[in-house]
Order: sequence, then structure tokens, then C-alpha cells
Amino acid sequence: MTATADGGEPAVSKGTVHLVHLYPREMSIYGDLGNTRALASRLRWHGYSAVVHDHHPGAPWPEQVHLVLGGGGQDSGQARVQEDLAVQADRLRGLAADGVPMLMICGMYQLFGQAFVTAEGRRLPGLGILDVTTTGNPTRMIGPVVLDTPIGQVVGYENHSGATVLGEGQEPFGRVRHGQGNNGTDGTEGARTGNVIGSYLHGPILPANPALSDHLLELAATRATGSWEPAEVDDSIAEQAHQRQVRRLLRG
Amino acid sequence: MIRSSLAIAAGKLARGVSRLRGGGSALPGLVTETIDPQVLAHTLAGLPGGIVVVSGTNGKTTTTKMLVALLRAHGQRVFTNPTGSNFTRGVISAMLAEIPLSGRLDADWAVLELDEAHALHFARAVSPTHALLLNVARDQLDRFAEIDQTAQLLTRLAEQTTRGVVLNVDDSFISRIHGSVGEGVSVAWFGVDPSCADLLPGLQEADVRDADGAAALPDSADTSLLLVHDERSFTVTGSADVGPVTLQQRGLAAMINATAATAAARAVLGETFDAARAARTLATVTPPFGRGEVIDVDGHPLELVLVKNPAGFTVALGTYGNEPVDTMIAINDNYADGRDVSWLYDVSFESLREQGVALTSGVRGWDMALRLQYDGVPVAQVEPDLDAALERFLEEHRGRPTRIFCTYTAMMHLRRRLAARYGLARFGEDAQ
Ligand SMILES: [Zn+2]
Repeated sequence: MTATADGGEPAVSKGTVHLVHLYPREMSIYGDLGNTRALASRLRWHGYSAVVHDHHPGAPWPEQVHLVLGGGGQDSGQARVQEDLAVQADRLRGLAADGVPMLMICGMYQLFGQAFVTAEGRRLPGLGILDVTTTGNPTRMIGPVVLDTPIGQVVGYENHSGATVLGEGQEPFGRVRHGQGNNGTDGTEGARTGNVIGSYLHGPILPANPALSDHLLELAATRATGSWEPAEVDDSIAEQAHQRQVRRLLRG
Repeated sequence: MIRSSLAIAAGKLARGVSRLRGGGSALPGLVTETIDPQVLAHTLAGLPGGIVVVSGTNGKTTTTKMLVALLRAHGQRVFTNPTGSNFTRGVISAMLAEIPLSGRLDADWAVLELDEAHALHFARAVSPTHALLLNVARDQLDRFAEIDQTAQLLTRLAEQTTRGVVLNVDDSFISRIHGSVGEGVSVAWFGVDPSCADLLPGLQEADVRDADGAAALPDSADTSLLLVHDERSFTVTGSADVGPVTLQQRGLAAMINATAATAAARAVLGETFDAARAARTLATVTPPFGRGEVIDVDGHPLELVLVKNPAGFTVALGTYGNEPVDTMIAINDNYADGRDVSWLYDVSFESLREQGVALTSGVRGWDMALRLQYDGVPVAQVEPDLDAALERFLEEHRGRPTRIFCTYTAMMHLRRRLAARYGLARFGEDAQ
């Protein structure tokens, strides 16, 4: 485990928020580390201090955790983290039940589900934090995505071969306006239980969707300091990038 | 052989037709290949020297061009595929232009740039005598979904190679291939001398490549290492040192490519390799289209730098980042660019922080500006329209050295505009 304070600390910090990125070496393909960096930067912009813990397989768990992130990986990456994930399983379930915000992208979203069923029919159990089941699929679902979610429209890019199905009563993260989503058929994307969000969206998802970033930060900062006191942040560039993608993808 | 001739004739016909229509270069190759999938094997197998393939994610085009120049400087007749047509069909298309119906190429060697995704398809038809394998990086193109898969493809290619394999000692995905080469196949190495290893940070992405342990230490006799003297000058060490050399093309990436080409030329030429001649030759090779090409804009240099994946962009920034040059970045997300721009977050842009970026452009110009915002790099303007952006960039930075980092289709577009204004060589016209 390494802990790095984000540079340029505010003069008077509103408090320190600890972020954990699960398996940054094995599970952060397609720029998913950009999510962690975006949150650390935004915390600073909002007047908070950020500490990012890179959690590697076999490393001790950090003492303070206010938000957990995970990304996508290759099959070899998933195999490498499986053992450590089993070690941390109860802890992660406990934190999730306790309301710690988590964002799990692609491969980690699948591992947070009930199970992954390989193309050959082998059933690999997941953490079961989200009630979803993923089945290996020979055709990849690839392309830009627009979602409607409770916190507004979200843009991103999906690239996954697994097809995910929500369990009975499992809330999705969003509804697909453009793209494939969980399985390309039922119009759902991702899953959300309490403060845990799973999604296939890379992009990475957080920089281009600042509302989602600040939603997660509000939960994390409230856990860390008892309140959320955001500052005025200029998101005009992010809004331009976001709106252009929405317009261009929903036009056709 | 009759079938081959028929295939070549049909291909030549298709080539004429597609030229008249102004069509793409892959069609004639497709026609020929459909008729005779063995056409490559028939035509290439008869070469008296052999078949050298160059593959890997970054640097194929430059390295191939350098290797061809080195072999020609040693009196070898070389057939090669033109820049950018590095698929099997592109190779056939290129051959069709040069071969008579007899199917005999007027060459000693074929030196072919092979796309990783097509390397296996090619190797099924033809066994290369030599393979030069450069690196494995995650490409942003969607068709390379997995880096492990790319490494596998290159391993298979090495297994099919009959005489010599040249590997990158600094890339563990490549260096570990030495365990897979056939019996009696020689292994040579290229890399960066440990004394300048500090120039490499960021060259390797933060992926899982290191987890499987290091490669065996290569025999120094078969190793060509890059020794950097200063920003422009270097020597390739080995059985006889090549250098000091100053390339036409700037940057560390080009020096590494020159090192790889030198190692391959040594492997191919053996005893007849002449170090002094190699040094003279490398100094004369002009950069291929879009690879650090410098355009004269009213007496001031404009550099066009193609960026296509995190490792490549990182190397380009490491080379150029600190020089006081006005910078524009143009990012498109068409298929040929890679539709996913996530990869921009695997590049650190901190080296641009002090100087700032004058303009971001392209379909994803706003996303590029956003990426820079998160690295604390000031962006003066965003103009998604490439023509308007270029116009403004040239106008507002008149009389200063300028540089444009651009993805593939953005580069094609910008270069077309620049060609019209400043009379550049046409596309695909790459003076040898
Ligand atoms: Zn993915």
C-alpha cells in the first residue's frame, strides 16, 4: 500500500478524505485511474485534502477509508486480484452495508456481482455486493454511451465482452439512451445498491460527468468530516465536453 | 504457379480499377488473396535473402524505413511495403505494383511492416526468416482489446520465424518471447543502455507486465544498446559501435527505433555489417509521413506529431515537452483514431504545464481540454473545427516554432490543408 497526498493542499483544509483505489496495476485499463485522479483534484478544488491509497494484492488495508474505486482489467488482471479480493470480501461487504460510497467500473463491477459464468459454463462467484450476474459472451459490446440516471445524463465509453443481467429488484445505475449497456437488450446500464455504483462506463466516467463526481464526494466528505461544503468549481470545460457528446450521440 | 499468375493478373486489374476510382489500397490485395491465399508465400519464398518482418505497437513505420535504408546501403535489393499499408492485403497490393506476371520480385530481401493484429494471418501463409519485435503497448484502437492477446500474437509470429529473432530487452512482454523461438533460431537484442535508463520513465504503462518476472540476461555479443549523448546525438553499442549519429528525426523514440533497426541489420547481414556505413546511413533517413515531420511555415518549423496510444504520446511529450514551442493538440475519435478517448488519462501532461497549450481541437477537442485541466495545464482556446483551429493557430503564433500533436484522421486533415498551403509531398509519396 502506498499513500500519496495530493499536491497543492489548500491553505485551510475543510478536512481530509481517504480514497482507496483497488488494484491500480491490474484493474485500471482504459484510463480508469483518471477517476481517482479526478476525485483527488476535485476534493482539492472544493477545499479538502485528499489521500489516495493504492491497494495492491496482499497489502494491508488502509486505516481510514471514505470512498473505494475500482476499474476494468484483462482476464490476467482479474485472475491476479481474485485471491486478495477473497481476503477483503467481508470487509468490503461491511463497508458497503455501512454506506461507504464505491464506484466499480467494468471488470470490478463484474467482480462485485453475484457471479461470472464463463462461456464454458463455469460459475465463478463474486462478492455479491450488487445483485447482478455476468455471462461470458463472444461478441464485445463497444462504443460510446449516453445514460439517463437519477443524477442526470451520464456519458462514457463501454468495452466489455460480458453480458450482465440484474437480479430481481436490483436497481440499474442508469437507462441506456445510446449504446448497449448491461446486455444490449433490456436497456439497463450498471447497478446501484445504496451508495455502491457499478457501471461499464470508461471514458473515464468521472471527469466528463462532474455531477457524478461530486455526488460521490458529498457522500465521502460527509463520512470523513460530518458535512459537505463544496466550493464554486468552474466546470465549463467538462460541460462542453459532456453536452457535445450527448448532442452528437442522441441526434441520430 | 499458374494459379499465382492468374491471381496477380486479377489483382493488377483490380488495382487499375481502384486507382481510377481513387479507391483504397487494400482492394487489389483482397482480390488477389481471394484467388490465391498462397500468393504471398509463392512470391516471397523465392527471395534469395529472406523475409524480415517488423512488428509491435509503436515505431514500426520508422524502424522499417531505417532497416530498409541500412540493408540497401549494404548493397542489398529490398522490397518493402509503403507506409501505412501494413496489413497482409496491403503487402500484396504493394507487390502487385512491382512484380511481373512471373511472380518474381526483383529483390534480395523483403522487409515488411506488419500490424500485430495481422501478423499471425501473414505468418500462416509465409514463414519469415527474421522477425524484429519492438514493443507491446495498449493501442487505443478498439480492435486490440487486450494487451495480453497482442503479446500472444507476436509470440506466435516469433515461433514461425526460421532464422533470427530480434527482441526488445526493455519490454518484458517482448523479451520473454526468447523462450518461444524454434531450435537453431538465433536471438539478438536491442534496448536502452542502463546508463540512460532514466530517460525511460513512462515508456512502459502501469500494467501487469512486470508481475511475471524479468527476462534472462542477454548475451552482450548479440546486443545493440542505445547510448544517448545529448538531445540529438547517440551511439548504438554492440560488436562494433554505430555512431555517434544525429538523425533527421528528433526524439528518443526515433533513437530507439534506430537501435532496433541496427540490431536487425546486424542479425540479417552478419559479418558483412559495416558499422561506419550504418552510422552514415541512419543520419540520412528522413522521417516517414507524420512521424515528427517538420513543415516549413514561412521560415519557421511546424512539427506534426502523430499520437495514437498512451506509450507513444508519453514518449513524444518526454521528447518535446520542455522545449519552448507553441503547442496545439487535435483529437478525433473516428475508427482510425480509436473511438475511445479514455487513453488520454493514461498519459501525464504535466510537462506542458509551464508552457501551456495554445489550442485544443478536433471532435474531442473539449475532452482534451478537460484532460489538460485535470493535469493543471492551461489551455488558451478550444476550437473543435480543425480548419478554423489551424487557421487561428498559424495566425496567432506566426513567426514562432509550433507543434501539433494529433490523432490519425486529424493529422490527415491538417496535413492536407498544410500541403495545399505550403506545397508538401502528396500522400503516400514517401521519397526513398
Ligand atoms: Zn471495459
